[in-house]
Amino acid sequence: MNDETELPKDLHWLVRPSTIKLLWRGGFVLLAILVLADFAIHPHAAFGIDGSFGFYSWYGLLTCLAMIVFSKFLAIFLKRKDTYYDD
Amino acid sequence: MMIDAFPPGVILVLGGLVLPFASTQIRYAIILLLPLYVLWSVWQIGDGIQLALPFLEYELAVVKGDALSRIFATVFAIMAFAGGLFALKQEQVAELAAAFVYAGSAIGVAFAGDLITVFIFWEIMALGSTMVIWAARTPESYKAAMRYLMIHLLGGVILMIGVIAHVADSGSITFQAMTPNSIGTWLILAGFLINAGAPPLTAWLPDAYPEGSFSGTVFLSAFTTKTAVYVLLRGFPGIEILIYIGVFMIFYGIIYALLENDMRRILSYSIINQVGFMITGIGIGTEMALNGAAAHAFTHIIYKALLLMSAGSVMFMTGGKRKCTDLGGLFQSMPITCICGIIGALAISSFPLTSGFISKSMIAQAAGDENLFFVWMCLAAASAGVFLHAGIKFPWFVFFQKDSGLRPKDPPWNMKAAMIFFAFLCIGLGVLPGPLYEILPFSTSYEPYTVPHVVNQLQLLLFAGLSFFLALPIMKRTLTISLDWDFFYRKFGVWLMRFLTRGVVEMRRDIFETLHGWVQGIIKATIRYHGPDGIMARTNAVGGSVAVIIVMLTLFMLVFYWQV
Repeated sequence: MNDETELPKDLHWLVRPSTIKLLWRGGFVLLAILVLADFAIHPHAAFGIDGSFGFYSWYGLLTCLAMIVFSKFLAIFLKRKDTYYDD
Repeated sequence: MMIDAFPPGVILVLGGLVLPFASTQIRYAIILLLPLYVLWSVWQIGDGIQLALPFLEYELAVVKGDALSRIFATVFAIMAFAGGLFALKQEQVAELAAAFVYAGSAIGVAFAGDLITVFIFWEIMALGSTMVIWAARTPESYKAAMRYLMIHLLGGVILMIGVIAHVADSGSITFQAMTPNSIGTWLILAGFLINAGAPPLTAWLPDAYPEGSFSGTVFLSAFTTKTAVYVLLRGFPGIEILIYIGVFMIFYGIIYALLENDMRRILSYSIINQVGFMITGIGIGTEMALNGAAAHAFTHIIYKALLLMSAGSVMFMTGGKRKCTDLGGLFQSMPITCICGIIGALAISSFPLTSGFISKSMIAQAAGDENLFFVWMCLAAASAGVFLHAGIKFPWFVFFQKDSGLRPKDPPWNMKAAMIFFAFLCIGLGVLPGPLYEILPFSTSYEPYTVPHVVNQLQLLLFAGLSFFLALPIMKRTLTISLDWDFFYRKFGVWLMRFLTRGVVEMRRDIFETLHGWVQGIIKATIRYHGPDGIMARTNAVGGSVAVIIVMLTLFMLVFYWQV
């Protein structure tokens, strides 16, 4: 990974397009493994739903997207230039 | 009167007051050694009242120890030490002096056994923290500190009225668990909640804290809100309304942090989010929940300070840059700051093997145990949201994203040492939670590291991470702020005052003009009759007078003659 000869010298190895591609792939593999791990574990669910297959995965993804969308919706009304209070 | 111990908080307050007069060497020694001595003396305080002083007809329990007091005092002392180390070379000695007074009075609150002592230390904290903000010596910090002080003096007045009403009702000044069922207890609760950053007065925190200096904000993040958590834990455990207030704060913090551009304002909103978790735990009120709230306060002080140290180092080394739009790519030249920041970010996100994991999960566990489905679902969503707004957003926009071209170096040794120390604690507490569980207010056999718990937490967090990168195109930072409750006193209040006083100014002018007219009239009339040409001021010749007298005399004689 530290082979600097093939790429522009000033580009840190961590931000090279090839590394980023690799990180995305690795990330998706990790996520897949985590979802599949639900087959292996035996959760002690406090409620019904939190013991169902893949619950934490979809719940984490969807609630976060919902929070982002909701914050963007609020931004329509609440966003101001950061010099708003300066006068 | 009973003196078995000297209050540990007061030692730190006195040390702070000495700092500005000490030479550099002695100052360094005080900054580094005194908090450690205070930490030692915290653990010399036994259970029960250790120092009682008479005041009016009351007996103040100035120092009263128990497990709950000690765990908060411990983390406050550790924070004073690490904050002092981080700020060791701060040129504004006043900031460190104020910070020690602030930290000492927070420890004072933690050991206060009666409401009057709580109130006294509460007010010293307000002054100390205001001084810390002021020490940044910028026009913005001056104004922000004034707004901060106004809110906290208001909170102090509400608390004082509450204490007086409560003492008048119950006849007791003892600080113990209360139920809000009278004006006094409601006002005490409101006073406590203002310092916790609860709605509607949430905005004082993200308004004021980011205006501190690079090191001042580190101190600010630790004491005020966590002292509020402490007094709520002792005063109002299991009060249901706190659950809803806490859940509101959790989501408020996330939503506003997602919209924010200033890295220290992101972390400030995140304080409200984290305090929301603690307040929810206090509202649930079981032993597990209260333990969770106390443990979370302990771990939160450490990782939030670490995050703000990391942000402060970036600010310090880039000449005060705070906005995400100006930063990025700093991981290349600030590896230690970046790694410590990431460790803080993982801890606040409750990643397994970090301190946040072993504390926050107790609160969710308590919600599950109590069958609070809605609360539990909110806490789970919020845990994912924490990773989103603080865990990824802060390190991503500061240290990665686009390359800003900035190549600042890591900060001086003392700042690095403070960060490494806290990063070590974040991981240490996560790997070995035993010592922290040992000092919690209630004994616990909670086991955070079960396979399902670890796997589920990783699923939740990593899918939250996925959502961040999927939504990255719409997360682009802009030079904006979001309106918050402070709009009402920074803009709306000004408009309202102008609007109202415009009427008042006109009315005042009318009244004055009318009064002025009356006075003018009196003066004119006086001049007309008594002035130089006035009829009453004319001088007459002697001859005229004699003629008048003769006429009068003649009339008199005629009348007299007639009668006789």
